[in-house]
Amino acid sequence: MGCMAIEQSYVLAIGTKKGLWLATSQDRQTWSMSGPHFLMSEVPSIGIDTRNGRTRIMVGVRSEHWGPTVAHSDDLGATWTEPEQGAIKFPDGTDAAVERIWQIYPDADSRPGVVWAGAEPISVWKSTDGGEHFELNRGLWDHPHRSEWGAGYGGAAAHSIVVNPSGDDVHIAMSTGGVYRSLDGGSSWEPRNKGISAYFMPDPNPEFGQCVHKIAADAAVEGRLYAQNHHGVYRTDDNGENWESIAEGLPADFGFVMLTHPRRAGTAWVIPLKADGERIPPDGKLAVHRTDDAGKTWKRLDSGLPQGEYNAVLRDAASVDSAEPVGVYFGTRGGSVYASPDEGEHFTEVASHLPDVLCVRAAVVSAALVPGAPVPA
Amino acid sequence: MADISVVLPSVLQPLAGGQSILTTPADGAVTVGFLLDSLAGDYPVLARRLRDETGTLRRYVNIYVNGDEVRRLRGLETEVAAGQEVVIIQSVAGG
Repeated sequence: MGCMAIEQSYVLAIGTKKGLWLATSQDRQTWSMSGPHFLMSEVPSIGIDTRNGRTRIMVGVRSEHWGPTVAHSDDLGATWTEPEQGAIKFPDGTDAAVERIWQIYPDADSRPGVVWAGAEPISVWKSTDGGEHFELNRGLWDHPHRSEWGAGYGGAAAHSIVVNPSGDDVHIAMSTGGVYRSLDGGSSWEPRNKGISAYFMPDPNPEFGQCVHKIAADAAVEGRLYAQNHHGVYRTDDNGENWESIAEGLPADFGFVMLTHPRRAGTAWVIPLKADGERIPPDGKLAVHRTDDAGKTWKRLDSGLPQGEYNAVLRDAASVDSAEPVGVYFGTRGGSVYASPDEGEHFTEVASHLPDVLCVRAAVVSAALVPGAPVPA
Repeated sequence: MADISVVLPSVLQPLAGGQSILTTPADGAVTVGFLLDSLAGDYPVLARRLRDETGTLRRYVNIYVNGDEVRRLRGLETEVAAGQEVVIIQSVAGG
């Protein structure tokens, strides 16, 4: 009689206001934690890159005293490397300094060395060496609209980057500036916000200036993206040319999170908050909502979640993994982290009482990387 | 020629090979900015903790020359005489 070999494990990286925690699991229900790494520095961005035959965790770290930097680990956090000259820094002549790295986004498998980053002040960056050095995207930095982009409450940043794995389309979102699209791999950018409301502006339907909180692409339908706006949940089926509301059926149209399924068409998750002025789960009852029909209908998912929760979930404090079924993960500003091994149907608590959770990212990794994991015979 | 000493807070010492005091020879006065530029050659990560890429001293980094914080003097143009000590201390900040 043989024993079943567990060949894959799961890693969940949790970036908080005061450091990074790493959790590993074989079943996505029981987790082992390490940390804090980078104690007393906030970790608002994480990218887990499983391309190139390795698992590289990249983190945007920011110390209130010592500033921002990017570090990476190829051994699940046992050691960290920080490029001597800094991975992300504004070039001479820009008279700008990086305040915070908001997004680290590994590109598609077809572009194995490419990693994108979004930062504050509003800027997009691209690395071709696996996230060790990034170059400023001049097309966006020199954009004539830049002086008119404003700062959201959390700061003025490019916080979402979505890349078409089979083409040169890149969509970004910024608070506040809205969605911009490039069709040439990032050389030039145009606003694409038609249909997205900016109710807080004198003209509620401007060309740009929307406060889009998060965008995500449908992995299976070319040209389809979803957006969680500052009030408003939207979908586009024509690569951003037109957006239409898909908020009907949700308890609230405010929130920060937008996740999509890594393979299946029409599946997305949001975590609604009551309103701009009341940033708590509706009625204090924490729930994830999932659509499986591209936003026509939504299903409330709260099994295992506390029904008495008054903390918000921030835009990058949620993630999916690539397993089957897909795992869904999120953390709250109250320091609780939840994981679902079944696309949100059931959640278990991974951690509680951590500092404010700013970012979570999850990945399927080789069991050989995880200490204590059963090693295949 | 006398040394100028730069005293590091303990949290930054790992970025200087574990040293708590860095010394640089000087045969006359140099500016704090010059000292930080010199330090960047040997310890680039340490230097980035102190100043951003525009060269601005980070908000919660304080540098003292003879007991005075340089922002109350001439900032990074503050001169340090040979034999003097420069002390780097982080502000009391955060929560």
